[in-house]
Amino acid sequence: MPSIVERDDFGAFFTVLRDMGYEIVGPRVRDSAIVYDRLGSVDDLPIGITDQQDKGFYRLMKRDDRALFGYTVGPHSWKMYLFPPRIRLFTAEMHGNGLSIVGEHYNPKKLAFIGVRACELHAIQIQDRIFLNGAFKDPVYESQRRNIFILAVNCTVSSSTCFCTSMGTGPKVGSGYDVVVTEVLKPRHQFLVDTATAVGDEVLSKVRHREASMEEVEHAMSMVEDNAKAVSMKRSIDTANIKELLYNSYESKRWDDVAERCLACANCTMVCPTCFCSTVEDVLDLKGEHAERWRLWDSCFSDEFTYIHSGSVRRSTAAKYRHWITHKLASWIDQFGTSGCVGCGRCITWCPVGIDITEEVKALQQLNKER
Amino acid sequence: MGAENYNCNDCNSVNPYLPRIYKVKRVKRETHDTFTIEIFADGFRFMPGQFNMLYALVGEVPISISSDPADGKVISHTVRRVGHVTTALCSLNVGSSIGVRGPFGNPWPIREQEGNDVVIVAGGLGLAPLRPLIYYLLSNRGKYGRIFLLYGAKTPKDILYKNELSRWKARFDIDVYVTVDRADGRWHGNVGVVTSLIPRVHTDLMHSSAFICGPEVMMRFVARELINLGFNDERIFISMERNMKCALGICGHCQFGPEFICKDGPVLSYSRVARLLSIKEV
Repeated sequence: MPSIVERDDFGAFFTVLRDMGYEIVGPRVRDSAIVYDRLGSVDDLPIGITDQQDKGFYRLMKRDDRALFGYTVGPHSWKMYLFPPRIRLFTAEMHGNGLSIVGEHYNPKKLAFIGVRACELHAIQIQDRIFLNGAFKDPVYESQRRNIFILAVNCTVSSSTCFCTSMGTGPKVGSGYDVVVTEVLKPRHQFLVDTATAVGDEVLSKVRHREASMEEVEHAMSMVEDNAKAVSMKRSIDTANIKELLYNSYESKRWDDVAERCLACANCTMVCPTCFCSTVEDVLDLKGEHAERWRLWDSCFSDEFTYIHSGSVRRSTAAKYRHWITHKLASWIDQFGTSGCVGCGRCITWCPVGIDITEEVKALQQLNKER
Repeated sequence: MGAENYNCNDCNSVNPYLPRIYKVKRVKRETHDTFTIEIFADGFRFMPGQFNMLYALVGEVPISISSDPADGKVISHTVRRVGHVTTALCSLNVGSSIGVRGPFGNPWPIREQEGNDVVIVAGGLGLAPLRPLIYYLLSNRGKYGRIFLLYGAKTPKDILYKNELSRWKARFDIDVYVTVDRADGRWHGNVGVVTSLIPRVHTDLMHSSAFICGPEVMMRFVARELINLGFNDERIFISMERNMKCALGICGHCQFGPEFICKDGPVLSYSRVARLLSIKEV
């Protein structure tokens, strides 16, 4: 049975997790945005703050309450911890004809993710398939993934860019968390709390709580359900036959239309919680004896991404955007058995020219019908 | 060769990003810009068509394995000197260290073609990933029908593996035809693109398989001509090239539609990719 934790007791999650050896990371305000960073205490959360999001638009505003989770997702996603933007893969030394290569020992800190949304849990599970479920396991991802605690949040607010209900990823948290909370502001500021793992139970046992009544559960869940309705009314994608739609649209005239707007800036791929592309950078000292290989986030929007000796395969912005959206919504399904899109809306908000993946799909659907 | 598919000899148990270190046996000059790097790799098992990631401090590049899979002691890679990594690789000396990750990728599905006539079509450096296949076929000659090798190079100076080509030409159990796009005064052979050699092919069309490697446009034209002849497109195989950083299906660079060329390829059946090959900038 779910529990109730009063607002005044919520901060205990932070002290309990810290006592268990976790470094706490979660949403906080920095540079006029809600980003993920280290949190010292519950007071570091964006209390009483909300975000207003639209195509190419993001603003923070004051709420008229003291909600801890009264906003949606910002430019960061949890992949920055599990799939670091920049990490060394190995160090190499060359002395005479002798080469030695020393790998990295990844001893990541135990991290507690606070405020993980339903769409973000799906994104983590999608990246699990890429980094852990293939023929090769990524040692960087695997070592950190084993060392996280997840406190998830059911969304009771949404942005105009959210379309999780279309993708079946939210706003209600499904699986993959240790503790899930639903923030209730009225009549009392409290949290409906449930656990899914033994470590989740252990954490909750150390936080003052009581059993929730049926009415309390229903009240909290109705807020999430109301939010689901709100999301589906704001923005949606019709995902029926979406793979076939994209595969049949390689030669659509829509790509030239997108290319007139798209700057190929790569923002959408950087903010996307599932985009997993990376490159490597080899650095060498002047004597040619000491080298390091680093892995960096990469984007399919860069020219170098597809470079082979005869030039880049995808040079035009039209081809780059076509690749990105076709991968995200179609080939991802063939590759990993799931869509690459969780409907978080980040690519819409952070696109400097406001290209909207849901609108592009609608346009392709329209053109497909006319054919 | 065993029955199993070899993939990255021990990558699964160790960090798959770490190259293993081998010693260079020699670097043989093939043409003005192409070199074969032979390395001592005792017990290194691979299947024809697979590739390695070769590391030389300045960076790492995917290079197909071009030696006899039955050798067991030495593996070789034929590299064209085009960028800073390949320049570093081609400048390695006897006894130098080289980093290797692999073998990676889907090999030529040669065992599935037993009993068939085999047509091998190579363009330029595309002969390199086909050479292990030719060695394999000749070692298992009795299991296959007629074998044709069609090879096209830009000029006589660009012809790879001249010694092997002469040896193979001298055999009665493989038909070898070589053509050049541009001849010089001393060339007495065929002149023209490699598709001009296709009329020389006479096989049992119901039981024929083709293996093609070369520039993408060349592979497309060759496959089309073979289909026009009556080849089944499911038994035409091509080997593709894309930018690769990890070779593990993780970095995302080598995608071609739903395929990761590093693990679903480099060898793919033509029927699987024909449509995408006809579209630009996929």
